[in-house]
Amino acid sequence: MLAVKGLKKTFGTNTVLKSIDMQVDKGKVIAILGPSGSGKTTLLRCLNALEIPDEGIVGFEDHQVDFSEKVKQQELIKLRRKSGMVFQSYNLFPHRTVLENVMEGPVQVQKRDKQTVRAEAIELLDKVGLKDKKDLYPYQLSGGQQQRVGIARALAIKPELMLFDEPTSALDPELIGEVLRVMRDLANEGWTMVVVTHEIKFAQEIADKIIFIDGGVIVEQGPPAEVLSNPKEERTQRFLHRILNPTE
Amino acid sequence: MLTSNMVLGGIVIPWELLQQSFWPILIEGIKVTIPLTLISFFFGIIIALITALVRISNIKPLRWIFTVYVSAIRGTPLLVQLFIIFYLLPELNIMIDPYPTAIIAFSLNVGAYASEIIRASILSVPKGQWEAGFTIGMTYRKTLFRVILPQALRVSVPPLSNSFISLVKETSLASQILVTELFRKSQQIGATNLDQIVYIYILAAFIYWIICFVLSLAQHQLERRLDRYTAR
Repeated sequence: MLAVKGLKKTFGTNTVLKSIDMQVDKGKVIAILGPSGSGKTTLLRCLNALEIPDEGIVGFEDHQVDFSEKVKQQELIKLRRKSGMVFQSYNLFPHRTVLENVMEGPVQVQKRDKQTVRAEAIELLDKVGLKDKKDLYPYQLSGGQQQRVGIARALAIKPELMLFDEPTSALDPELIGEVLRVMRDLANEGWTMVVVTHEIKFAQEIADKIIFIDGGVIVEQGPPAEVLSNPKEERTQRFLHRILNPTE
Repeated sequence: MLTSNMVLGGIVIPWELLQQSFWPILIEGIKVTIPLTLISFFFGIIIALITALVRISNIKPLRWIFTVYVSAIRGTPLLVQLFIIFYLLPELNIMIDPYPTAIIAFSLNVGAYASEIIRASILSVPKGQWEAGFTIGMTYRKTLFRVILPQALRVSVPPLSNSFISLVKETSLASQILVTELFRKSQQIGATNLDQIVYIYILAAFIYWIICFVLSLAQHQLERRLDRYTAR
């Protein structure tokens, strides 16, 4: 469904992505792991052009963008509308209610009928367990609840692909579970997902493919059973050891 | 009891004159000062919004023009600006009354200062809000108007209210280009009562104070209303 070829990204003199090739198949869940500063978040953000790569192709079946050439704003917007994004810091619209947050995309961007969208939005909020909070403002919710609204808002535009940028990293430990549960449901429903995460156990459970990235290159990729249980590369082994034994 | 002059510690307060002058001065305040403030502020905010949007955009030549405008207005006295516009317009064969001339000068002045407030407020909205707009498919313009500006304007209400209250007082400068507003009316009354002129000016100050006090109460109410979606 999505093919990435030769993606490069430099910030000033710092090369964050060296040359990334990856493929996302429909209905599959991909987890991107890697140490901090490895480029994993930048990679995710390149997939919907929140960062503009210096080079490389991000291609959906019916829409390809080659960043080696000058890309028109219209092309970027078209690429962005393919995917929904969930942020580490939720980024809900603070001046709109929960329901308005979820309806904003379909009504304002897709110009769909307000009543239909409203019904769908309430259904989505029900799915993430927050139907009864629909008229509250984001500040009245806990972090876990805000993040679930963030997921509902991203789903509301009916994207082909869901992107998650460390969705639980800003949460208190006891609130992580409720967000992961929603994500597990989405995986089971067959959503195509790319998840940047530090939750190794969760990745192991729901991912079809793990991509381990370090120093701007993909060091190792494959099914969780291979990459997480029997990593071939030394860098992967060291990373997993560190993250599974944090006090050592 | 208050119908004649009162003596307080050797100072003679001309109560009768103050009572006679209160309404004529207040009426000029209501008829001229307040509308002059409101109209100038209205156009000023429109100019400010346009200026702020151009200055955060990447339209190079336009950005440069607006940057010079803001710098020039902020770097010169309002009184001088008022005089320049007052004498410049006839040179350009534009014959208008002092009142609209004052509106032009005050609007341009407010526009420059308020544009900096609005620009800073826009920049204070976290980058993640832009990105959230983009990821639900919004264009730059849509994100600006639906996501960023509503939040930025909330932030800019207290400093803009301060500008508004300052403007009420600054309109007294219009007296210098012959607009009969609150202060010029006081000057006229004072001119025929030269012995008590200081009391007339104190009265004028008092009336400005009342107007600004009422406005600051309104500002407080407005801020409380806008607080409804933020945790305090």
